[in-house]
Amino acid sequence: MSAILRLNYKIFLLFFAGLMITSSLFADSSDKADADGHSGYDPAAPAFHHISDANVYSIGPWQIPLPCILYVPGEKLHMFMSSKFHITMPHGDGMVAIDRFVLVGGRVKRIQDSSFPMGEVELATSHDELHHMWTSMEVNENGTDKTLTAFTYNGKTYAMDSSSTADGGVFGGGITSFYDFSITKNVFSMFLVCFFMGWFFISMARKYARTQGQAPSGAQSLFETIIVFIQDEVAKPFLGKDWERLLPFLLTLFFFILGLNLWGQVPFFGGANVTGNLAVTMVLALVTFLVTLINGNKHYWEHMLWMPGVPAPLKVLILTPVEVLGMFIKPITLALRLFANITAGHMVMVIFVALIFLFGDSGNNPAAAWGTGIGSTLLTLFMMAIELLVAFIQAFVFTILTASYLGAATEEAHEGAH
Amino acid sequence: MLLAMVGSVAAIGMGLAVIGAAIGIGSIGAKAMEAIARQPEAVGDIRSNMILMAALVEGAALIAIVLAFLVANPK
Repeated sequence: MSAILRLNYKIFLLFFAGLMITSSLFADSSDKADADGHSGYDPAAPAFHHISDANVYSIGPWQIPLPCILYVPGEKLHMFMSSKFHITMPHGDGMVAIDRFVLVGGRVKRIQDSSFPMGEVELATSHDELHHMWTSMEVNENGTDKTLTAFTYNGKTYAMDSSSTADGGVFGGGITSFYDFSITKNVFSMFLVCFFMGWFFISMARKYARTQGQAPSGAQSLFETIIVFIQDEVAKPFLGKDWERLLPFLLTLFFFILGLNLWGQVPFFGGANVTGNLAVTMVLALVTFLVTLINGNKHYWEHMLWMPGVPAPLKVLILTPVEVLGMFIKPITLALRLFANITAGHMVMVIFVALIFLFGDSGNNPAAAWGTGIGSTLLTLFMMAIELLVAFIQAFVFTILTASYLGAATEEAHEGAH
Repeated sequence: MLLAMVGSVAAIGMGLAVIGAAIGIGSIGAKAMEAIARQPEAVGDIRSNMILMAALVEGAALIAIVLAFLVANPK
């Protein structure tokens, strides 16, 4: 017992030191984005910045450049490393504009005004100078008011577009002047997790072939329990006799989601929010949706479109529309559930850290800041323990729901009446 | 002003959706605990069914929250 306590004490000190070092580096971000005259610290800005994707991989104040692949309709494909922006520490702003692209807080944005020169243009010579350039600008686009990030250069204010999003503006994005196909932080994390998963599982499969008939050892013992759990608790009860064919799909989903969830939980290491990205969860749900449709048998479609044993008017008016709607709602909730759970976890963590700045009054009250620092370290550690649980639960929930949808689609008809 | 009002009404809607889901998940958890206390040997089956049911209840709340988001950001 005392050994556990000692260990926890060390973890606390380590985490506290890490939190203090990283947050002191970001302390000057408190006076940023004060466009509408608000004084004081706004915890929403760093929270949203943390959950969003980026064109740099930031570990603490260090910005690791990633390749940018940017497409503007009617222009050649722009490809370069984001180090070409001359990224500053610690916010990840670019001191140089390249072909009207600017790096703001780790994200590539594009200057709308076509009078701004193409090629490399130096915006500022230091981080502080750059810091005072950013403002915001109200524009009216197709009848909607938007607030865009802008900067002042040579006495003129230039508004910048964010990259296009596929949500059609539902979540505040939409099609803009350029498309970002870069290897972003999320894409890079996904490659990394895929690589590690492939490495783990291929080497483990080789080991199983080599040590046939022997007891598992090392990492095998860990992964075998998880795989057998998915096989016995998820695949067999839900999928019936089809389980062997669909088990690889379920395991792939489970380990991909789990790996990305856990990768996002590693403290002070980027905290990539991949499974908290709606596009990623949407594609995962789309795969589930397509696999369900492809595997759906005659009974599934019959019960979906023309339920037997029910009067025809009832079928046309209520049952069929509801069933067809349900077919689409299932994958949508699957995507939203994973997205909302993981995003909420990431945001809560940042907001607990932001409490330090709120109580410390942006550095004016160091005593309160240190006091809150200890409290918020404990709270953050507690939340991280909960999030570790959530990482497993959400991966499991996604898998078990996929299995239940697949099970409903592949189930054979029951004997007798319904 | 009106936009600010729309935002706050959507926030109330979000809160109501969460209350509904909380009641639902709470009673699932309560019943699952009861069932485990009655039949401790069935703990594995009960736990996975509990998580599945909680996820389904959560789905309804999530749809409500997204609809609230859509109302809060009128085009």
